[in-house]
Amino acid sequence: MLEINNLHCEIEGKSILNGINLKVDKGEIHALMGPNGSGKSTLANVISGHEDYEITKGNIYFKSNEINELSASERAHEGIFMSFQYPVEIPGLTVTNFIKTAINESRKAKGLDEMSSREMLKKIREKSSLLDIDSKLLSRSLNEGFSGGEKKRNEIFQMAMLEPELAVLDETDSGLDIDMLKIVANGVIKFSNDNNAVLVITHYQRLLDYIVPDFVHVILDGKVVKSGDQSLAKRIEDKGYDWLKKEIK
Amino acid sequence: MDFKEKLLDSHLAFEQDVDLLHPIHKYRKNALKRFEKDGFPNKSDELWKYTSLASIVQKDYHLSPISDSNIELKDIKRYFLNDIDSFKLVFIDGVYSPFLSKTTHDGMDICVLSAAISKSKYKKTIKKYFNKIVPKNDSLSSLNTSYTKEGAYILIPKNVEPEDPIQILHFSTGVQNSIWLQPRNLIITESNSNVQIIERHQSLSEHKVVTNSVTEIYAESNSFIDYYKIQNDLLSSSLIDNTFISQEKDSNVSVHTFSFGGNLTRNNLRFYHKGSNISSTLKGLTILESRQHVDHNTLVNHAKPNCESYQDYKGIFSDSSVGVFNGRIIVEKEAQKTNAFQQNDNILTSDKSKVNTKPQLEIFADDVKCSHGCTVGQLDKQVLFYVYSRGIPEKEARALLTYGFANNVLESVRIPNLNKRIKKLIASKLGVDLGFDL
Repeated sequence: MLEINNLHCEIEGKSILNGINLKVDKGEIHALMGPNGSGKSTLANVISGHEDYEITKGNIYFKSNEINELSASERAHEGIFMSFQYPVEIPGLTVTNFIKTAINESRKAKGLDEMSSREMLKKIREKSSLLDIDSKLLSRSLNEGFSGGEKKRNEIFQMAMLEPELAVLDETDSGLDIDMLKIVANGVIKFSNDNNAVLVITHYQRLLDYIVPDFVHVILDGKVVKSGDQSLAKRIEDKGYDWLKKEIK
Repeated sequence: MDFKEKLLDSHLAFEQDVDLLHPIHKYRKNALKRFEKDGFPNKSDELWKYTSLASIVQKDYHLSPISDSNIELKDIKRYFLNDIDSFKLVFIDGVYSPFLSKTTHDGMDICVLSAAISKSKYKKTIKKYFNKIVPKNDSLSSLNTSYTKEGAYILIPKNVEPEDPIQILHFSTGVQNSIWLQPRNLIITESNSNVQIIERHQSLSEHKVVTNSVTEIYAESNSFIDYYKIQNDLLSSSLIDNTFISQEKDSNVSVHTFSFGGNLTRNNLRFYHKGSNISSTLKGLTILESRQHVDHNTLVNHAKPNCESYQDYKGIFSDSSVGVFNGRIIVEKEAQKTNAFQQNDNILTSDKSKVNTKPQLEIFADDVKCSHGCTVGQLDKQVLFYVYSRGIPEKEARALLTYGFANNVLESVRIPNLNKRIKKLIASKLGVDLGFDL
């Protein structure tokens, strides 16, 4: 589904990714771990099509098509979603109106009619109850005055509504207490199926106790240096990244 | 002969059409003298620092234009709020059109100023209110006063509440090019009354028109006025809107100004408090493009204790458009426990657009709560990326953020049809058709 080949990328002349190789297939959950500044968030942004990052070498393929030149909204129409580490606030725009617009713009791009209000409402109810979201939250301005947990839960709610084929979760666990972490993880597990894929980016193994990955990758200095199964995540939790850095040398 | 001289010279001809013996004629005469002395404002005038009338007043205009008598309902219907028969005062090229209007004298007066001036039963009211709050040092208002002849006259008596909003619609047809219009509106709400008014100046074809309008509003005790100004005129039209509002105790007046069109628009909006427990709301939404220029010049004069005022103006400027906001709040010594709020936020979407914003607070009382703030910025790139990443393309994303930005002004539009209409105007202005009811 997602295939990244020798991806090099820079921002304002500074190179951040130095030859990323990654392959994610349908039905898989991948975890990407790495220390601060290793390029995790950059990779998420580049996959989603952030304009500030310039791809200098290599390719990103999604469903066998190269997407290097697609805009962020076009990638979303193709089925890519990113849960933001720091979701933005939009005063004056309710969560409901935002998600309605997002869904209908994707439908428009696919040549489909707008979703009926009744169908939309039904879907909103279904997905919000899954994540234990109070309906009052949905009529508030997007993320304005939301707690850290509410923001992250709202990200997963949007993911559940948009039903992407690939969900990139950028540090969705940061700033969550254990109860919220369980709710969010549960939302991801319910979302995950044989036809989609999840790429979880995290600092800590904690989230991976709930969202069990099929593959774990470690990124250092803009390169995937090691891949393995969940035991790799446990090893990093215990020992940190230094042993890996030594191993590479 | 320059235009000022023409205005002075033409007054004799104007006088042939009006009752020289009517008490208000001395106001006209005195106002003309003041205009002769003061002339048009120029940039050395502090209140006109960022808005120049030079390009407008250096031209020549017809002062009593020919009115197009062929205008029919179908030509103007789309500017009506709804199809139902609410009260309307329609003026075509400055001349009242009874055929297109719907007025009443049944339980309230919704009619025209010329009638109120000529009929003896209105004499007392005219004497009591006419030109009582128009500042003498405002030369454009003086000019309007000197040529006062026609406009809306609305009097809502005690305890009366018209069911529907009243629309004041000034159309210019272009049957004659280069015209100068000076409507004069007088609105009085007696105690415990409640009214909603929508005012609009609209050209029906591309032609040069300048409107120098004066509206006097008197809100008696415990009355409630909800006033909306829709400014979405063609690029060939300019508007100087002078609105003066006098509020008695316990009254509540709110004015929303939507400035989307026109060449040059200047809004002089002045509130004068005459009693305690008054509430005044001034909200504005300005969305401009090309070389449009809108200047909001507000004043809230807090003269009595326990009153509040709330100002919130938002602007979005693209291309080479220019916005000016000058918000003056005066809190007089007697006006203790005043609560005055003012906010002006602006988004510039191009390098060539410009905003001048200036809050001006003059506080002479010691127990007051006053706050003000202004911002000028751009749409945040990270916020845009977030919206794009959800599948919302650039144009729609910008529209969505604009809508969010403007929402604080929109949400207090209490006439549902008007609210819908304005959202549609915004959407069409931004060139989008969004999935929800923008």
